[in-house]
Amino acid sequence: MKKQTNININFLPILVILALLLIWQLISYFQIVPTFMLPSPVNVVKAFITDFPLLMKNAGVTLLETFWGLLIGVIGGVLIAIIMDLFNPLYKAVYPLLVLSQTVPAVAIAPLLILWFGYGMLPKIVLITITTFFPVAVEMLTGFRATDPDLIHLMKTMGASKWKLYYYVKFPNSLNHFFSSLKISVSYAIVSAVISEWVGGFSGLGVYMTRVMKAYAYDKMFAVIFLISALSLLLIWLVTLIQHKVMPWEAVKK
Amino acid sequence: MALLQTHHISKTYSDHQILADINIQLNQGELVSILGVSGIGKTTLFNIIAGLLSPENGEVLLKNQPITNKTGQLSYMLQKDLLLPYRTIMGNVILPALMRGTSKKVAEAKAAPLFKLFGLQHTEKRYPQALSGGMRQRAALLRTYMFNKEVALLDEPFSALDEITKHQVHAWYLNLMSKINLSTLLITHDVEEAILLSDRIYILSGTPASITKEIIIDSELKKQPDFELSTSFLDYKRQILNLL
Repeated sequence: MKKQTNININFLPILVILALLLIWQLISYFQIVPTFMLPSPVNVVKAFITDFPLLMKNAGVTLLETFWGLLIGVIGGVLIAIIMDLFNPLYKAVYPLLVLSQTVPAVAIAPLLILWFGYGMLPKIVLITITTFFPVAVEMLTGFRATDPDLIHLMKTMGASKWKLYYYVKFPNSLNHFFSSLKISVSYAIVSAVISEWVGGFSGLGVYMTRVMKAYAYDKMFAVIFLISALSLLLIWLVTLIQHKVMPWEAVKK
Repeated sequence: MALLQTHHISKTYSDHQILADINIQLNQGELVSILGVSGIGKTTLFNIIAGLLSPENGEVLLKNQPITNKTGQLSYMLQKDLLLPYRTIMGNVILPALMRGTSKKVAEAKAAPLFKLFGLQHTEKRYPQALSGGMRQRAALLRTYMFNKEVALLDEPFSALDEITKHQVHAWYLNLMSKINLSTLLITHDVEEAILLSDRIYILSGTPASITKEIIIDSELKKQPDFELSTSFLDYKRQILNLL
């Protein structure tokens, strides 16, 4: 009985998606919205297949930018969280600014970065680093600070050094925070990459988007939108997969 | 022989004196309780003895050597089992050894034969969240034992357990104590627990809190079956409740 319910729940979103695709196809078929503005799903798939090599080439560039930006952002975020956790005055001085800075839309500085660093990969990586750095730093710090003080006392009575305290207690205790921030950062990273490519660049999915936009190729536009969404979902899924591998104890029933 | 002593310990928090002139002594192989109502300053005293807090006056001595403000001298356990959810039971109990710099292999070899003694067979590879409350507490006690210190400080270690489990753990702990010859300083607000487990009880009361009475529990009476249902047990209880 229970199994059947689970299957139904798993199938529901797929059914909704199929229904939406069907409605979309019908709208195009009966020309309720002109086909050049809203191409049918079939046409979008055709555009995707035709442009597949080009899309993959551009996706490669976007993913490479995402990778480097994320890597630097995550390492930087973790490091700054450790430094702020170690030095309380620094924490008090910088933490409110860190939280406040998250309200600034980092994408708004994309044009400035292009002016500073040119049309290559660097401004994209810098923007991704900036957008991914803050969620990781704030969440890691929250994780460090949320460590049970009694646990810290216990470790001290065992004679734990500062670094052992991080290794055995603070890091593992912050892993949940880390992975939830990483999921946010991954989707931010893709968006930042695409937006900075819009502003200026030679290749990447953002550049492809501006080109097909100027050509009024709506079918290709839809294809690339779906590709970007799929990449974002794929990366989030990958993070979840790594999380399950790294934190096997989470699967143990409480 | 006096293993652990406190000499004239006092502590003040923002002009409010919590502890005044605390003198206690724990001898080799003894289980001594410090009994007081909640909020009296038991945990403050506990943290001073553990070296986590500085006393305003006085000192803590282990085998006549001062250990005031020094952590890592005594083994330590709190009401919360504080088992790390991301480490297996084996991974948890060897932590004190790992902190001392012992290799994982050596620490595991040392802990492995103790699992049976602590009633934790076949839990080595399990995670704490898969164990019952009583078992988790026993695992925390094994970790405490792995500190490899002569004195164990226990702060209300059994108070989170339900009555039946607590009863079982008490009996088990007394049996274990006799086997491993661990000297224990127990902090508790549970009068019955103090009478059942202790050789001596210090009553902590008043404002600021001080040791107002020392009660010695007759070891012969303690050995009797159903001691906790006897009139002498009730007499101890009445005497203590009048003092608190």
